[in-house]
Amino acid sequence: MPTTTVFTLNGQRVQSASDPTRMLAWVLRQELALTGTKVGCGEGLCGACTVLVDLEPTRSCVTPLEAVAGKAVVTIEGLAKGTTLNPMQQAFEDHHAFQCGFCTPGMILTACSLVQKNPGASRAQIIEHLDGNLCRCGAHVRILDAVEAAAKTTGGAL
Amino acid sequence: MKRREFIQATGLTGLFLFFHGRAEAAPLVAPRPGDYPKDFNAYLRIGEDGRVGCFVGKVELGQGAMTALAMLVAEELELGLDQVDMLMGDTDLCPWDGGTGGSLSIWQFGPVLRGAAAEARAVLLAMAAERLQAPVGDLVMKGGLISVQGRPERKVSLGQLVQGKRIERHLQGVRPKPLAACTLIGKSAPRKDARVKVTGQAQFTADLRLPGTLHACVLRPPAHGLTLQSADTAAAERIPGVKVLRDGTLVAVLHAEPDEARRALEEVKADWTGTEPDVDSQSIFQHLVTKHTGLTEASRRGDLKAAEARSASVVEGEYRMAYVAHGQMEPHTSVAQWNDGRMTVWTSTQSPFRIRTQVAQTLKLAEREVRIITPFVGGGFGGKLVGPSALEAARLAKLVPGRPVQVAWGRPEDFFMDTFRPAAVMKIRSGLDKDGNVSFWDYQVFGISPNEAEFLYDFRASRYQSTGSPSGLHPLPTGAWRAPGSNTNTFGRECHVDRMATKAGIDPLSFRQRHATDQRLLRLLDQAAEKFGYLPAAGPSGHGVGLACGAWRGGLVATIAQVAVDKATGRIRVLRVVTALDVGLVVNPDGARQQVEGATTQGLGFSLTEEVQFKGGRVLDRNFDTYQLPRFSWLPSIEVVLVHNPDLAPQGIGEPAIVAIGPALANAVFDAVGVRLDQLPMTPARVLEALKGVAQSRTGVAG
Repeated sequence: MPTTTVFTLNGQRVQSASDPTRMLAWVLRQELALTGTKVGCGEGLCGACTVLVDLEPTRSCVTPLEAVAGKAVVTIEGLAKGTTLNPMQQAFEDHHAFQCGFCTPGMILTACSLVQKNPGASRAQIIEHLDGNLCRCGAHVRILDAVEAAAKTTGGAL
Repeated sequence: MKRREFIQATGLTGLFLFFHGRAEAAPLVAPRPGDYPKDFNAYLRIGEDGRVGCFVGKVELGQGAMTALAMLVAEELELGLDQVDMLMGDTDLCPWDGGTGGSLSIWQFGPVLRGAAAEARAVLLAMAAERLQAPVGDLVMKGGLISVQGRPERKVSLGQLVQGKRIERHLQGVRPKPLAACTLIGKSAPRKDARVKVTGQAQFTADLRLPGTLHACVLRPPAHGLTLQSADTAAAERIPGVKVLRDGTLVAVLHAEPDEARRALEEVKADWTGTEPDVDSQSIFQHLVTKHTGLTEASRRGDLKAAEARSASVVEGEYRMAYVAHGQMEPHTSVAQWNDGRMTVWTSTQSPFRIRTQVAQTLKLAEREVRIITPFVGGGFGGKLVGPSALEAARLAKLVPGRPVQVAWGRPEDFFMDTFRPAAVMKIRSGLDKDGNVSFWDYQVFGISPNEAEFLYDFRASRYQSTGSPSGLHPLPTGAWRAPGSNTNTFGRECHVDRMATKAGIDPLSFRQRHATDQRLLRLLDQAAEKFGYLPAAGPSGHGVGLACGAWRGGLVATIAQVAVDKATGRIRVLRVVTALDVGLVVNPDGARQQVEGATTQGLGFSLTEEVQFKGGRVLDRNFDTYQLPRFSWLPSIEVVLVHNPDLAPQGIGEPAIVAIGPALANAVFDAVGVRLDQLPMTPARVLEALKGVAQSRTGVAG
C-alpha cells in the first residue's frame, strides 16, 4: 500500500508520495519541483542542501522524508513574501554575500536559524554556526557581514 | 523561437528579454569561431521597449562578468545598469568566444564589447539627429532616450528609433567615452545576479527539469589507467524504470529519478583492464624530477657560470606543490536533448563554444547542428574549461531521441574526474654577490610550464627551464586551475627570494625593492607595505609576517600576511592578509574586491590543507570530509588595496589575486618560527616535522 508523508512546506501542508526513506533533497527537487535546495556533495558535508526543519538547519541530502513527517520544513523558496525579501536575503543581496550562488540558499537558511534563536549572536558565534557550510568562491567575509547586519537590524524577527 | 521558449532555453528566469520582429530570430550575426565579430549587432539588440539585450559568449561563474560587462554597455549607451539584459553562453544566440577563463573577460573581451557599444551609441545618435532634425552635438542621451539639449519635448526613445530591428548603419573608428565622462565605470555597482541568487530562483543546469528527463549515472573505473573490459548490467536492468545505455566503453544507468539511477549503478558489476600508474601522493615529487622527458630552456640572460664564479655565496632550494582539486560547489552537470537532427546541451561550462566543437566532433555533427546553452555556473576556477559531462550527456541523448538526458556528477565522481592543478617541483639555484644582491638565478620547474616563473626582478644572469607537462608524466588528469602555473611558480620564486633575503641579512621588502626597477611594482610594494604597516626586519623576526608578489594576465599583486604558529600542534593560524593589486582601470571596484577576497580565502586551502591524496590511479579523496576546503573559522582579517591606475587598460583580476598568497604564508611561517616550509600545503604534520628539523629528502641547503 503506498504510503504518504504529510508535512508543512513553506507554510503549506503537503503530502508526498515518495518512499519515506527517500532523502528530502530529492523529494523537494524532484517531486515538489523546488530546485532552490542544491545538492553539492550528497553526504551532508557541504551544506548546500540545508533546509530548516522546525527551525533547525538540516542537511536534506541525508535526511529521509520520514524524519520530517508532521514537521515544518522551510526552503529558500519560502523566505520571501511576494517580492519582498526576507531580511536575511536582503542582507545577502546588499552585501553581495555570494559569488556563484550555489551555496547561497543553504547559507541563508543556516544563518536564519541562528539569528532567530540568538538575535544578539556575536561574530564568533556566527562563525561557529556557519562553519559547516562550505563556499568555494570565498564569499565568507561578506556572508559574515550580511548575517551580522541582519541580526542587528531585525533583532531576530526573520 | 517563441519568447517563452527563448527565456526557458536560456535558463535565465530572472532576466526578461523583449525582442520583437527580427530581433527574435537568432543569430543576427553568425558567430565565426576564432574571432569576435566586428558588427555590433552581434552583441547588442535594442528591443521596442528600449531595453538593451547584450549577447556574449562569456558565462557567469560567480566572478561577476554579468555585471561588469553590462556596465560597459550601459556606460556607452547611457543606460541604467538595470536596462541592460545579459544573455550569456548560448552558442546559437551569442557571438563566438574563446571561453571564460584566464581573467580575460574584462581584459581581453571588455574592449571588444565596449567598442561595439560605443559604435552603437554613435549610430543611434546619428539616427536620432536625422529624426529630430538637430545636429548630433545638440543631442543628449540618457536612460534610453535621446533628446535635443534644452528641448526635452523633442525626444525619441531607443526603442522607437530601432523598432526592434537590426541596425544596418555602421561607423568606423568610434572611440569609447573618455574616463572623465564615465558615470558607471570605476564605480561599484550592484550585482545583476543578486536577486535570483538570494531567492533560489537562479537556475543551474541541474535545475532545468525538462519534461521526460532521464537521469544518467555513468560507470566509472576504480582508478585512472583502467579501461572497461566487460560490464554486467543485468541486475540493474531488473530494477523497474531503469534503462541501461552503452556507447563504446561509455556505460550508463538511466532512470527518471536521479537517486534511483545512482542506486541502480551500484548493481552494475564490471571488469577493468589496464595498468595503474605506479606512483602515489608521497612519491609523486621524485617521479616528476626523474620521469620527465627533458628540460626545455624558456629563457636565458647573461653568463650563469661566470656569475656563479663571482658569487660570494650560493643558495639552493627545492619547492613542492601538490595536486589540488577545483572543488567548485556545483558538480559538473549537463543535460542533452537530440531533436530533429540537432543536439542541444545545457551545461555547467566555462567554455560553451569549445564544448560545441567537442560535441560536434564526438557525434560527427556539423557545429551548426549543436547548440550549447549555459545556465548559471556554480563555480569553475578552470575546472569547467573542459566538459566531459557534456560529451557524456550528448552521446547518451543521441541514443534516446527526444528524451533529455541529464548527467550530474556526484561529488566522488567530481573528485575522480577532476583535472587537477598539477603537482610540481621547483629547483632553484642562485647566488649572492658580496653586496647581498642576486648574482645569478637558475630556475627549473618539473611538471608544469614556466608560466610567470620569470618576474619583474632585475636578476643579472638567469636561466629558466621546465619539463612542461608531457603526456604520461602526470598519473592523474591535470588542467587549468585559477592562474595556471602562476601560483605554483610564484610559490617557488617568492620563497626562494625570501631565503636569499635571509641569507643576505636584509628584510624581505627591501630585498625585493633592491631588485625591482619597474615603477608599477615599486608603487605596488609601497602601497601594500603602507596598508599593512610593514616594519622592515630581517627574517626570522618572530612577528610572523611574510611578503610575496607575483603577476598574471597583466595584473600585479603583492600580498603581506601575518600568521601565528602553534608549535605544539603545528597548526598555522592566519591572522591578517593584505592583498594589493594593480590591475589598471577597475571597472567595478566592489566586484574586484569580491574577487580578491575570494581568491585570498580560496588560497588558504592549497596553502594549508588541500592536497589530493592518491595511490596509483585511485583518487583517495572522495568528498569534503578528507579534502578540506577553507572554512569561516579560518578567516583572517582580509584587506584589499586596489592601486589607482586608470591610465592602464583593465587587466585580469580574478586570477592574479591568488598567486602570492601561498608564498606569503610560507614566508610568514618562516618569519614566525625560523623554519622554512618548502612544500604546500603546510599541514600541521609538515610544520611539526620542519620544527623538529627533520629534513625530508631535501637536496637543498637551508638558507
